Amino acid sequence: MSTGMTTRERLAIDRVHMVELDADSRSRNFDEVNRGLTPEEAVREAQRCIRCTNRQCVAGCPVGVSIPEFITALADGNLREAARILTRDNALPAVCGRVCPQETQCEARCVRGIKGEPVAIGYLERFVADWATANVAELGDEPLPPPTGRRVAVVGCGPAGLTAAGELARKGHGVTIFEALHDTGGVLRYGIPEFRLPKTIIDAEVARLLALGVTVECNVIIGKTLTLAQLREEFDAVFIANGAGLPVMLSIPGENLKGVYSANEYLTRVNLMGAGRDPGSTTPIIAGKRVAVIGGGNTAMDCVRTARRLGAERAMIIYRRSEEQMPARVEEIKHAKEEGVEFVMLTAPIAIGGDKDGWVATLRCLRMELGAPDSSGRRSPVPVEGSAYDIAVDVVVNAVGTRANPLLTATAPELKLNRWGNIATDDNGATSVAGVYAGGDIVRGGATVILAMGDGKQAAAAIHDWLNRR
Amino acid sequence: MFDVISNEVLAPNLHQLVVRAPRIASSRLPGQFVIVRAEAGEERIPLTIGDADAAAGTITLFVQAIGASTQRIVAVPAGGRLRDVAGPLGLPTHIRNWGRVACIGGGVGTAVLFPLAKALAEAGNEVTTIIGGRSARYIILADELGALSRELLVTTEDGSLGVQGFVTQPLEGLVADPARRPGAVFAVGPVPMMRAVAELTRPHGIETVVSLNPIMIDGTGMCGGCRVLVGGEAKFACVDGPEFDGHLVDFDNLADRLATYRESEASHVCRVAGKEVA
Ligand SMILES: Cc1cc2nc3c(=O)[nH]c(=O)nc-3n(C[C@H](O)[C@H](O)[C@H](O)COP(=O)(O)OP(=O)(O)OC[C@H]3O[C@@H](n4cnc5c(N)ncnc54)[C@H](O)[C@@H]3O)c2cc1C
Ligand SMILES: Cc1cc2nc3c(=O)[nH]c(=O)nc-3n(C[C@H](O)[C@H](O)[C@H](O)COP(=O)(O)OP(=O)(O)OC[C@H]3O[C@@H](n4cnc5c(N)ncnc54)[C@H](O)[C@@H]3O)c2cc1C
Ligand code: SF4
Ligand code: SF4
Ligand code: FES
Ligand SMILES: [Mg+2]
Repeated sequence: MSTGMTTRERLAIDRVHMVELDADSRSRNFDEVNRGLTPEEAVREAQRCIRCTNRQCVAGCPVGVSIPEFITALADGNLREAARILTRDNALPAVCGRVCPQETQCEARCVRGIKGEPVAIGYLERFVADWATANVAELGDEPLPPPTGRRVAVVGCGPAGLTAAGELARKGHGVTIFEALHDTGGVLRYGIPEFRLPKTIIDAEVARLLALGVTVECNVIIGKTLTLAQLREEFDAVFIANGAGLPVMLSIPGENLKGVYSANEYLTRVNLMGAGRDPGSTTPIIAGKRVAVIGGGNTAMDCVRTARRLGAERAMIIYRRSEEQMPARVEEIKHAKEEGVEFVMLTAPIAIGGDKDGWVATLRCLRMELGAPDSSGRRSPVPVEGSAYDIAVDVVVNAVGTRANPLLTATAPELKLNRWGNIATDDNGATSVAGVYAGGDIVRGGATVILAMGDGKQAAAAIHDWLNRR
Repeated sequence: MFDVISNEVLAPNLHQLVVRAPRIASSRLPGQFVIVRAEAGEERIPLTIGDADAAAGTITLFVQAIGASTQRIVAVPAGGRLRDVAGPLGLPTHIRNWGRVACIGGGVGTAVLFPLAKALAEAGNEVTTIIGGRSARYIILADELGALSRELLVTTEDGSLGVQGFVTQPLEGLVADPARRPGAVFAVGPVPMMRAVAELTRPHGIETVVSLNPIMIDGTGMCGGCRVLVGGEAKFACVDGPEFDGHLVDFDNLADRLATYRESEASHVCRVAGKEVA
């Protein structure tokens, strides 16, 4: 048992390395790249935690997961207790353990990182969550309070909606999730690829919600099938979590050529519809031998790594700043490089050229150099005079960003928006309409899974209070 | 799951399905569409809501089986179920009283035209309808459209019914005759037909509305795959359309983008159905 270990002994343990699929073979299939820890590795890694009293790591987690507590339970071999602590704080630990940018959140604050490597909090979170999923029977049914008779509608089945639904159901409220697409999960399903986040994890989470009595209705588009006004009549409260699913166009010549995709279309075809991945799928995709992905975030990395898996010989990231400035997670960049992705930095696309049949053929780019720091403190790229050149391509994927989709808000003028079209809320997620709350990307713009979940959790608490006060 | 109440063959490969979808039946307006998947694994297929009965909670779809996923849809018999029906999507048709209007339908476009023509007639317009097809067997909804039109003209390419030729021929006559010239023209059909109609009305400055059918995925503005060029600007047909000013549409680009998956889909049809479908 680790309880008796001295701090010195803990400090002597090196950080675990998670086994990954070999880069050559994995860049040709959609299997999950990170293979997880063995129980021995997990316990050993957990023993590295020195159980700080000031819990800096917790302060780095947007939802305040009780990190030293769950890790201590794990180090003691008490997985049930570890799972209980973790799932109390985080509704989707198997997701967060895989996709959180730990290096800028919990792990960035871990004191062990000051002189060496931080505790692998994300890996441990994933380990405990996966154990819990595989051992649901052992964990037993959750005790539920008696039904309150109150009904809450949740718009959107992404991480914010899923989290809020779970929290509200655990308080005894009747919850219905309305989802526009034919399947659950939001970006977790249609955006983040299988090789980073297996879809079975979302299925398991949804199954858990269904077991709590949550109803999920797919194919219902709020603003079209039903209006917000109708939801307010039928339900006692509403939580809006419809994400930021509207692609920002490049607005350069040639964007309408065949073979030019938005990241959303490209990833949705492959992830949600199974194009190029599932032999039973009838959805097509243009695979392309030379694929250029424009952008430097997680979405761009997901697209370019997908392109490799669809068979691209050259898969390129085209980014107008330098690599250090890329917003993507460090791990994504590392994995992409291992998989043979080319990083074309300080390069900005200015036009897409086509062949005589209307297919994309070239990406015309300008080289950039870093100028003076802008208002955000980042050195902004400035074009190098006369540096235009062409890159030969078969497919171009635009991954420069998304905005708030106006489909719902356009039909609900009573909802106050900010100047970017995002729903305006107070700190509890309350909108300008009584009983209507909002959270996740529709409020924040494109953010992270954990922030969306945090919003869902907070809004659920506020909705619970609001229902009790009525 | 959405129950199929009835499934009738109207023309070769063209079925009329009545489907239970109460929410859509009560919220839809003419010009809107749904996205349908017969079963898991299928493509998301946009289909115009041909008609609806809010009281019965049903919508009517007219489906031309041209590829793998539309074949799966028409293969669902009465009493069977469609896995997904999502909508109503798109902007409704802008309906007002122009006095005289002409409604032009080609092939399965006639089905897309039907709810439009019906709404225009209900708004008090005097409707002249021109529908065309390859031969008599492909002419659909003639009785239904005839009943709400002041005049119904039929054209077939082989002359087996009505006037031999294309829908633009009778339209030329209409447009040239000041006593019959429409205040607005609504055209739905294959891209070359809509382009020809728009070119015909352009010199006369007659407002011309076309309903575009680009390839779609989500139908909610999320993917941008349905973008079309209208007046030089990229529009998302699923949320900004599907109806646009025909005089501003870049039909070349639409036709081109529609051909994106021609090769991959042709091979798919072979594998799935064992034959190429007309
Ligand atoms: C490709 C990609 C990779 C990413 N990688 C990471 C990562 O590694 N780590 C990380 O932390 N974050 C990542 N993110 C960001 C993260 O996924 C999002 O911040 C998060 O999913 C937002 O959650 P949400 O619940 O607000 O919205 P979403 O996940 O967008 O879910 C919204 C849901 O609402 C549905 N919806 C939309 N409109 C309606 C309507 N009118 N009616 C009903 N339903 C509607 C949508 O279909 C969708 O299912 C990534 C994003 C993308 C696109
Ligand atoms: C708003 C809208 C409304 C529509 N309404 C109807 C309707 O009421 N009835 C109906 O039968 N059809 C309608 N369509 C067309 C229908 O969606 C397509 O025929 C269908 O998507 C083809 O799918 P598939 O898998 O069966 O064939 P595929 O194998 O995917 O396609 C066969 C061939 O058809 C072409 N094609 C692919 N997608 C489309 C498309 N969206 N439109 C036209 N051609 C396409 C391609 O060139 C392809 O090679 C509509 C389309 C839109 C966008
Ligand atoms: S939820 Fe994310 S940030 Fe919080 S502890 Fe887990 S991995 Fe770290
Ligand atoms: S900061 Fe690091 S070592 Fe300290 S309690 Fe948190 S995880 Fe453990
Ligand atoms: S179909 Fe995706 S934006 Fe129109
Ligand atoms: Mg198809």
